[in-house]
Amino acid sequence: MSMKQSADDGSLKPYSEKLISRLRGTPISRRQAVRRALLGAAGLLLGDHLSLRALAATPSGKARARSVIQIWMWGGPSHLDTFDPKPEAGNDYSGPLNQPIPTNVDGIRICELMPLLAKQADKYSIIRGMTHGVNSHETASYIVQTARPQGGRDVFPSAGAVVSLFKGYNAGYQGLIPPYIVLTEPQGRFSEAGFLGPRYKPFATGGDPGQNRFAVEGVVAPGITDQRQRDRRELLHKLNTLEHAMKGDAQLAASEQAEKQAYDLILGDGGKVFDLSQERDELRVRYGRNTFGASCLVARRLAERGVPYITINYRGGWDTHKDNFRTMRRRLPEMDKGMAALLEDLADRGLLDSTIVWWSGEFGRTPKVQWEAPWNGGRGHWGKVFSAVVAGGGFKGGQVVGASDVKGEEVKERPVYPCDLIGSIYDLLGIDPDGKLPHPQGLAVRVSPSAADGVSMGGRLKEIM
Amino acid sequence: MIKISLIPAVVLLTAPVGSAAPGEVQSLFESSAAPNPRSKIDELVFGGLKRLGLQPAKVCSDAVFVRRAYLDVIGTLPTAQEAKEFLLDQDPNKRAGLIDRLLKREEFADYWAMKWSDLLRIKAEFPINLWPNAAQAYHRWIRTSIKQNLPYDHFVREMLTASGSNFRDPQVNFYRAMQNKEPQTIAQTVALTFMGTRADNWPKDRLAGMAVFFSQLGFKATAEWKEEIVFFDPAKTAAPATSGVSPAAAIFPDGIPARLAPDQDPRAVFADWLVHPKNPWFARNLVNRVWCWLLGRGIIHEPDDIRPDNPASNPELLAWLERELMAAHYDLKHIYRLILNSTTYQLSPIPQTDRPEGEANFAHYPLRRLEAEVLVDALGQITGTTEKYTSAIPEPFTFIPEEQRSIALPDGSITSSFLEMFGRPPRDTGLESERNNRPTAAQRLHLLNSSHVQRKIEGSPKLGSLIRSSKDRREIVTGLYLTILSRFPTDEELKIVAAYSQSANVKGRDVLVDLAWALINSAEFLYRH
Repeated sequence: MSMKQSADDGSLKPYSEKLISRLRGTPISRRQAVRRALLGAAGLLLGDHLSLRALAATPSGKARARSVIQIWMWGGPSHLDTFDPKPEAGNDYSGPLNQPIPTNVDGIRICELMPLLAKQADKYSIIRGMTHGVNSHETASYIVQTARPQGGRDVFPSAGAVVSLFKGYNAGYQGLIPPYIVLTEPQGRFSEAGFLGPRYKPFATGGDPGQNRFAVEGVVAPGITDQRQRDRRELLHKLNTLEHAMKGDAQLAASEQAEKQAYDLILGDGGKVFDLSQERDELRVRYGRNTFGASCLVARRLAERGVPYITINYRGGWDTHKDNFRTMRRRLPEMDKGMAALLEDLADRGLLDSTIVWWSGEFGRTPKVQWEAPWNGGRGHWGKVFSAVVAGGGFKGGQVVGASDVKGEEVKERPVYPCDLIGSIYDLLGIDPDGKLPHPQGLAVRVSPSAADGVSMGGRLKEIM
Repeated sequence: MIKISLIPAVVLLTAPVGSAAPGEVQSLFESSAAPNPRSKIDELVFGGLKRLGLQPAKVCSDAVFVRRAYLDVIGTLPTAQEAKEFLLDQDPNKRAGLIDRLLKREEFADYWAMKWSDLLRIKAEFPINLWPNAAQAYHRWIRTSIKQNLPYDHFVREMLTASGSNFRDPQVNFYRAMQNKEPQTIAQTVALTFMGTRADNWPKDRLAGMAVFFSQLGFKATAEWKEEIVFFDPAKTAAPATSGVSPAAAIFPDGIPARLAPDQDPRAVFADWLVHPKNPWFARNLVNRVWCWLLGRGIIHEPDDIRPDNPASNPELLAWLERELMAAHYDLKHIYRLILNSTTYQLSPIPQTDRPEGEANFAHYPLRRLEAEVLVDALGQITGTTEKYTSAIPEPFTFIPEEQRSIALPDGSITSSFLEMFGRPPRDTGLESERNNRPTAAQRLHLLNSSHVQRKIEGSPKLGSLIRSSKDRREIVTGLYLTILSRFPTDEELKIVAAYSQSANVKGRDVLVDLAWALINSAEFLYRH
């Protein structure tokens, strides 16, 4: 059986790794081995066009969104101090941030530290009944980003890895830029690719987009001229003595292929997407000339070029156990600026219709303020209820979904579980919830969990789709 | 044996491995010695090759051997000095001598504790959630066991029968390092780790019978934050409701029912069965894994997928190694020594046959990309630079010393972008296949062009002083080759470097920086060979 035949049967199985394991034990020729290794090595940057065809053949539904920008508020931002203010609950709950402001949508108010987002409220919807009930960072991070409960035998892939599987190279994505990017450091906490393996891990840019020159690790060369790049490459080829001695080795051929792709990005135009000097100064200022603001701008440029999944991993985090309010006063204006500019800019360019923006942390924070030392006005972890924000790509704006109770402690109406939100995102991207994830032990695993998997569900976000 | 310090520097500059003309580069990697069987392993492997009509590779050169032995045995590159001393040593038994020395090194314990920590899933965070102090304690116990060469049957038995605090009795963490603590999950984990078999594929009642041995395990918290006591709880008599079996129905995986006294910890009964010399899985699993770790492929492959329809490529070899392990009272280093001293292990990576069965029958040494941790440590060693590792757990903060080597990191949650990118296992399942050494374009980008690697080379105090150490370009180039590739350059390579330095574009120190960069990006550096 050849790779090609298997790919043409339209099944979801032609991942080269899986195929190799299926064929293991069958003698294969050196040439076949080289070929397979080449396909396998396509790795992050280029797809194998055989599996691509097979996946493209599966009905992808009516995709309305092309890209997702996930603003990952790790640490867990306070819902009361952002999108679900509770001044009526009194000082022990709202603390000093007790003057929520109206937005450009009647009846929706948000924290007073987000005036710019208040002017964009018609573009996003606030989900105020997010819940999973888990108060530890690592487990909550997993649940919110994979939509799966903890404790099974498997570690599931994050939404970004799933999107990169179904919308990346296997599905005809052609860009040199990897299909799943994280600005700038990986989220950590768990392996984002889960059992899909490293091929679906995010490409972490490193560097700092807030600096004058955004030095994306590997792509933007630190002070090496193109001429020297070419000279060195030639030197490497001449001195690659073991490779010369082992002509025809499958692994080395794969590595050579990976090198070629790498140089296409280093010496080609692909890396220009990270060059913010191509943007107007006025716009850069509007986003904020800081790491988060510039990350939002880079995310827009990536979405514009069709990168399917971009995570902005908020540097510094929102784990405000101590001195919550001072942190919010310092950090929220920056977030307000970057995110508001992103929404407005996407809309101005007509990209908002095809780009989902998803803002969330792993949980909210204790509604009742801990005034005593050592917290000094801090908030703990709160997984019972918290807020998420979605915009674009088929999500309606100007809506509020569900509600927390008067003190922000419990879901009052319309609980939304992580699988409801992520399932809705998949629907908008045209990812079939009944599709199969390739599992290393060949188990049948659906893209979206069902109630039979022991997952709590409140249903898709039909009201805003 | 020649004393190295007495050799005049000028002698060191000529490459004893021969100045290879373009057509002769293979002599760099192969020795002139015929691949003759020297041990029982070789008789069995070469016998198998002969039956299949497969030509074994030639014996590897000393330069290949020294690098391979360091990387395989201690996960660490030889220094320039170590490589040079070995290459110039005239002792005909120098390979065996090196193997003995390496087995005694501290890094041996570091490297193999890393391997066991992968299999035992030592990780503070999701989904294992050991918590940092417990991860550290567990790792320390494993490292110490390896350092002291604790007999393998004792090593396993101590974990399986452990009771006590996760902080003070580190072995109990075996039962905590799983996604859940259901008896069936524990049974699956024990089967995978110590029997090399995937109980997921067993008939249901077989797994249920084994799970009974782990159904009287209790877990309780204490007043100390995140402390957990693991203990035998005789009050827990009901077997898992889903399986519908009672403790009386404890059945060993070979189908023989066990007799359990009511006040007896059934884990001890299981451990007795497991480590018994007649047990068909226990020794086989271990020797097959060690073989796989050293030779890149199990005699049964995958090494953690032993089942009747996945036969050994060389059953006699496997059986012989099992007997050796038992006869040596489960002395792990004995098995390492047997394998490392065989001609089979010392074959060149360049195959003499084009037939695909060669690899499964060990007709040559297989190329393997360096593991993430080994690679970043090697980069650190040759440049004299360090790495920064972080753990996402904010409390209590984990401080990682500047000099920390990656192979000695105790906890899978302490990590770096580099380790993630280069396929360090997430330690989620304990499967060998979690470690992924396949090259990706993103990895190539990083090595070719990242500021991380660039800074290591450009800012390297070690390469800097090497470059300043001499006026003689040839001497410096030789130093770079010994440091990075553990061998002398060939005449041909020296000519290429000389031509590069005369090209119009690159000048002075940059020539040597570019040379170091090229060697680091060569297959010879990036792959075990």
